[in-house]
Amino acid sequence: MKIFIYMVCSLVVMTMAYWAYTENYTTQASIRRVEELNRLVSDEQEALSILNAEWAYLNRPERLSNLADLNFTKLKLVPLAAQHFNELDIIPMPPRRSLVVSSPMLVSSDRGKQFP
Amino acid sequence: MRRSPLRPLAHIISARQEGKNPDFIEAKERSKRNQVLQLKTRVRAENRLLALGLIFIIGFSAVGGKMAMLASSSSDEVKQYNSGSKIINQRANIVDRNGNILATNMSTQALYAQPPLMINPQKAAKDLLEIFPDLNHERVTKNFTSGKRKFVWVKKSVSPEQQQKVHDLGEPGLLFGSREMRLYPNGKLAAHVLGGTRFGEEDVRAAEIIGVGGVEKYFDNMLRDPALEGEPLELSIDLTAQAATRQVLKNGMRFMNAKGASAILMDVNTGEIISLVSLPDFDPNNRPRVAIAGDPSDSPLFNRAAQGLYELGSTFKIFTAATSLEKGLANPQTIIDTTPFKWNRKTYKDYKNYGPTNSVEDIIMKSSNVGTIRMALAAGTTAQKKTLNDLGFFEAVPVELGEASRTKPQIPKNWSDTSTITISFGHGISATPLHLATAYSIVANGGFRVKPTIKKVNSNNLAKEKVISQKTSQQLISMLRRVVSEVDGTAKMAKVDGYQVAGKTGTAEKIKPTGGYYDKKVIATFASFFPASNPKYTLVVSLDEPEIEVLGESRRTAGFTAVPVAAEIITRVAPILNLRPIATDDAMAYTSISSQ
Repeated sequence: MKIFIYMVCSLVVMTMAYWAYTENYTTQASIRRVEELNRLVSDEQEALSILNAEWAYLNRPERLSNLADLNFTKLKLVPLAAQHFNELDIIPMPPRRSLVVSSPMLVSSDRGKQFP
Repeated sequence: MRRSPLRPLAHIISARQEGKNPDFIEAKERSKRNQVLQLKTRVRAENRLLALGLIFIIGFSAVGGKMAMLASSSSDEVKQYNSGSKIINQRANIVDRNGNILATNMSTQALYAQPPLMINPQKAAKDLLEIFPDLNHERVTKNFTSGKRKFVWVKKSVSPEQQQKVHDLGEPGLLFGSREMRLYPNGKLAAHVLGGTRFGEEDVRAAEIIGVGGVEKYFDNMLRDPALEGEPLELSIDLTAQAATRQVLKNGMRFMNAKGASAILMDVNTGEIISLVSLPDFDPNNRPRVAIAGDPSDSPLFNRAAQGLYELGSTFKIFTAATSLEKGLANPQTIIDTTPFKWNRKTYKDYKNYGPTNSVEDIIMKSSNVGTIRMALAAGTTAQKKTLNDLGFFEAVPVELGEASRTKPQIPKNWSDTSTITISFGHGISATPLHLATAYSIVANGGFRVKPTIKKVNSNNLAKEKVISQKTSQQLISMLRRVVSEVDGTAKMAKVDGYQVAGKTGTAEKIKPTGGYYDKKVIATFASFFPASNPKYTLVVSLDEPEIEVLGESRRTAGFTAVPVAAEIITRVAPILNLRPIATDDAMAYTSISSQ
């Protein structure tokens, strides 16, 4: 009886030890993964800040106005002036049409892929 | 176990035969047995002690080992906590009022050398010079070959292409340290507002960035505060308006042959500076060194709008009128003597003769010196001082630019009657264009005190302190509107369809450093606001030494120089600021205001 209890106890201890170690290693793996992800996030943030800086550089008013001048024949862009303001009423609005759905239609946001 | 008997029969029998006491034998045997038992117990006790000692040793070394491990490694939990929190160790961005980036950071590399590690220092110096032509050849060679230097900074920031070229040299003594670099994508656009930065404490791994001018300096601590999580600093500047203002002012400055110019566009109600330009300017990405020789006010670093103290001339006349109206001494229609005025053996005259008498509104419209002098003397020195103090001319402008907060206006120490006379038309007192913009904003917004700011104002309920009465403000606005709208007005070139410009010109001769005034060098200023029926923005344009040929005549007065430039700025900027043009034509709009 005594031996049996001893055996059961040591089995329980071994199982617990196994469980504890497994948990420990999973935790450590998760921590490493989080560290890796954080590093990736900070890399992405740095890339993003560089892209933002570049975007700001490309959109600097001086360059845009030069581009507008260069492409004047195509775009016909001129600086905003007082004459460009007008009443909303003078803009012709498209006639209102009510949307009638007569037959069932398939709506997909996955680039029009058909569902099986 | 075999036990030997205590009284072995053979021994007892033989002892009895010999007549000895057999009890001795028993005692002997017993003592022998006890000896064995004692030995056994002793060994057992010793073993027990040993085992106990071992357990203690294991226990203590386990505790000790754990302590050593804790001491020598950082705990995972702490690491987790740190990576999860959002503390960002980076200088915050600066953005305009619409969120466009004005200043940001970029990671770059700094190049340094460790001459003792070099294989061929001579060649390294020569090759580096090919990659960076701006390096000083002699100094680099000397640093590399002298043998004294263990560590030399070569270049503070290096582009990726240059870095690759340096790598290609294959010199082990050339090393890189990562750096954050401050980047101003818009270049010169808002140079004087942003100021610029430099590297502070340097290390191989990182360098501190310190603001040296403008908002970079004023908000240095805030921009560097990691607890703010990199939240950008929002300025009141509007990038598009700033670009348009700068472009027009730059062209105007060239056209008017001026050597410098400044423009300030301010929201009359909140005091937000929408645009601030000072020309010539500089590129904050490559901030020039402070000039040691020459006039500091000629340096591109000099902020004419916030640092330049100028006599602003006739733009001050409206403040004299304000004093008179506030004291109830006159109304816009009051007739005032405008014949030449003698004081202390000096005769004050007008630019040309405007007739023997003029109404107050005509004095402002035609810019009559003598009329203004008579109004100022009637109101008195105390009243004049009070008005100028209320309008902020006695203190530095409390704006968040270090340059401005150190620039106190120059006012006469001994305010005599002669001072009162000259100050009434803007001479003998020097202030910055920013002071003028603030004062005109107060006139335009109904008489409430304005605190100029370069930060975006997000609240609507600003503390409102009355400085000038609503009625006076309304009368002053009408008078200033006439300066532009009437044919005789000095600023009639400032008519901008739909925007009802109101303002006052000022042309002041520049003061010679040796004393006295230059004959042909002037500061031409136009202080204005628009639209007059409900003023929204103040614009002050100032040109340094403008000169233009008009019909074969050389003109320097503000009406021919600063006014057309200001009109062009308003034409360009007002639509950008989403200001709807007022549909009435110029003359009708004026009638509607004056009849209020």
